[in-house]
Amino acid sequence: MKLIFEKGAPGQHLSLMPPCDVPEVTLSRPRTEPLNLPHVSETELTRHYTALAKRVHGVNDGFYPLGSCTMKYNPKINEDMAALFSQIHPLQPEETVQGCLEVLHESEKLLGEITGMDAMTFQPAAGAHGEFTGLLLIKAYHARRNDAARTKIIVPDSAHGTNPASAVMAGFTVVNIPSGEDGCVDVEALRGAVGPDTAGLMLTNPNTVGIFDRNILEITRIVHDAGGLCYYDGANLNAVMGVVRPGDMGFDVIHLNLHKTFSTPHGGGGPGSGAVGCKEFLRCFLPGPVVTRDEAGYHLTVPEHSIGRVKDFYGNFSVVVKALTYILTLGREGIPEAARNAVLNANYMMKRLSEKYAMAYAGPCMHEFVMTLQDLKDATGCSAMDIAKGLLDHGIHPPTMYFPLIVHEALMVEPTETESQETMDEVCRVFLDLWDLAHQNPQALHDAPTRTPVRRLDEVGAARNPVLRYTGE
Amino acid sequence: MFLMGTYVPNTAAQQRAMLAALGVDRAEELFAAVPREMLVDRLNLPEGLSELSVRQKVSAMAGKNRVYPTVLRGAGSYRHFIPAVVKSVTGREELVTAYTPYQAEISQGILQSIFEYQTMICALTGMDVSNASVYDGGTAAAEALAMCRDRKRNRAYVSACADPQVIETMRTYCFGSGMALELIPERDGRTDLSAVSLGADAACVYIAQPNYYGNIEDARATGEAAHAAGARFIMGCNPIALAVMETPAACGADIAVGEAQPLGLDVAFGGPYLGYMAATKAMFRKLPGRIVGQTHDAEGNTGYVLTLTAREQHIRREKASSNICSNQALCAFTAGGYMTAMGADGLRQAATLCMSKAHYFAGELEKTGLPRVHTGEYFHEFVTKCGDPVKILRALDENGILGGLPVKDGILWCVTELVTREELDRAVSIIKEVC
Repeated sequence: MKLIFEKGAPGQHLSLMPPCDVPEVTLSRPRTEPLNLPHVSETELTRHYTALAKRVHGVNDGFYPLGSCTMKYNPKINEDMAALFSQIHPLQPEETVQGCLEVLHESEKLLGEITGMDAMTFQPAAGAHGEFTGLLLIKAYHARRNDAARTKIIVPDSAHGTNPASAVMAGFTVVNIPSGEDGCVDVEALRGAVGPDTAGLMLTNPNTVGIFDRNILEITRIVHDAGGLCYYDGANLNAVMGVVRPGDMGFDVIHLNLHKTFSTPHGGGGPGSGAVGCKEFLRCFLPGPVVTRDEAGYHLTVPEHSIGRVKDFYGNFSVVVKALTYILTLGREGIPEAARNAVLNANYMMKRLSEKYAMAYAGPCMHEFVMTLQDLKDATGCSAMDIAKGLLDHGIHPPTMYFPLIVHEALMVEPTETESQETMDEVCRVFLDLWDLAHQNPQALHDAPTRTPVRRLDEVGAARNPVLRYTGE
Repeated sequence: MFLMGTYVPNTAAQQRAMLAALGVDRAEELFAAVPREMLVDRLNLPEGLSELSVRQKVSAMAGKNRVYPTVLRGAGSYRHFIPAVVKSVTGREELVTAYTPYQAEISQGILQSIFEYQTMICALTGMDVSNASVYDGGTAAAEALAMCRDRKRNRAYVSACADPQVIETMRTYCFGSGMALELIPERDGRTDLSAVSLGADAACVYIAQPNYYGNIEDARATGEAAHAAGARFIMGCNPIALAVMETPAACGADIAVGEAQPLGLDVAFGGPYLGYMAATKAMFRKLPGRIVGQTHDAEGNTGYVLTLTAREQHIRREKASSNICSNQALCAFTAGGYMTAMGADGLRQAATLCMSKAHYFAGELEKTGLPRVHTGEYFHEFVTKCGDPVKILRALDENGILGGLPVKDGILWCVTELVTREELDRAVSIIKEVC
């Protein structure tokens, strides 16, 4: 498919703005270089972007069991509601934005109840941004207590790569601890790792292999006893929302991915929202401003010992509107019902796929499970990548590949609660057929996909000779 | 019991059948690993609602906001004309509901759109390489400082004339990383580089162009001074202004960043917006976040992939250049659609309209006794002296006009192409009555 720069012709344009109705002004040192933007008609423009959209697989195009990403259905009412707030300037007088502030305040209250946290900021724009923010809260807390020795963040080896990267951005050094045989935290290893230099622990529960760590209270106690704080990565909250709360597990600070658990669309890689919640004793460190309420209404205030802003204004506000719409829709009963069905669907698929595929850990799982295709690879030469590419030819988005790093030839499957039994049955059949194909005709899988707009792409070549923009050649 | 929209398609009977297949009676049994004492008895949340009731409830909240027909306030968030075609193409559900393009073969639309966006950002800034976006202008600036840091050079010099929110975000990031941040003082609404001496530890100099007060800085001279001290030069530029203003590349910038919200994104109470980042060839491997590259498939077809991933967190973990993972892909797609719709001529026209109307308004305000505080050139924002800002802003407010933002020495006004000459004349006559 041609690039937009290769379409149209000089002189083609849209008619968008009126002539200038005041005397024209120019700068004394104007731009002198040509500005090479596309020049197309409106017809060409819409066809180009429509063609691009057709070369994308979204949740509406089919099953999307991308583990750890919670690709649930994105309700359309959410989009309508967000649009109601599109024309509000972020620096309008407080009394003219009471509706926006109510959205933030109400979302804080409801999400606080769901997570067991006392306060929340919506400034972080994504999960990783939330991690960075939460870790700065931990840093500020220790600094305020003049406890300068606490420089280390403990991270299990199963953690997402953002955890250690965020810890380093927040100025900590990272201590990796190995996971146990069962994929959970090795409690003895944790005990050996904590000490007076421990600033905190980062953990997700259920963990990245889809198992709820039953030792969670002991884990958070060990960290607290050593003087550290506990950070909850909310990537996997969908399994337990309304069932068990991170705040009750002993966590002090948490980030949520509103674009995962709370149904806001991911937009092909953002915008998301990485809301950060914390216990009361950390409230004073939150990025400002936060929303407070008194008899006169809602106000924007900066917490006393705020770490400062992590972003302009109040975060990806429209995303918060969508999440609030979702929570109001599901309500008290719907939230845990969604979690139960997410877990039920995952277990159902796990059971069906166990017929042929090896699971990395024995069940039951929570909202996702990890398969290990090492044996399949040894027997047939077909890797997790090959199976994933085979799925593409059946209109199925593959599971997360090669994560977590501790599982060989990993495929991590997360169906979510919004998939029907019928869809999962069909998908399981495709998975099982591909397992057979791997044994009968492995070359067919090495060659997959064949029905997609492009075949497997040369990633090594792309990195070796980077072509990062169109140059007209 | 009848539950409101959980978006769960499986009926109770289907759920029972699935549970039976698993050999369990109730879904609760699947949570056996959760210690019983931790289970939530009953959430203190309202009951679920029908779509109609949710619509009414959220609409009622939206109704408590005020939408101003005329806006003369910017300060980091700008109301511009957004062609209808932009919303039409960016609302496509495939794009809206997809995740990050990890599976390139079924994500070519997103990947190509980012490649096109990267190309347009390079065209706009004159820089060599753009990334796929970061969260917003503030985080783009903060990430740019980190790109310039090394063992010997750990001090960032930041213009006091930059947006205070951007400066605050930089400070927070520096609190994390341990980088030192020193403000370069302001004089006459511009960066006074003569007031600081760039030492051997100077990693970079950052200025905004136009700056927070709307003023055009002497960027070339600042860049030369930064480079003379062995420091990098970062410019934070308004992307609309770049259509008519000297490019960061022409001014010698090593990194160009900024808030790209003006490129087709709603003001939306502050977000989602779009941080753009572009760098020279010499520095592009330090760019954070996703970058899309062109390549080909086994049959020789051109295609696009996420590339240079060895910089990123999922490969490098604690050694990554940044932790960024999700960015603002749909916003970048929107900006690409906007720039395509506008074209070079359209973007220049928008910039010229903004700037000319701002100058017209400044002239009229001066006639009413509100002269500019600063001298020299400016783009579409400017600060005027003001006896009683509260009185002026209230009078405008009562007439459906969101006036400028009160700042240190007066009021910071902004005029974009959306405001007509009649609206400006009306604003002036309202101000005349109260001054």
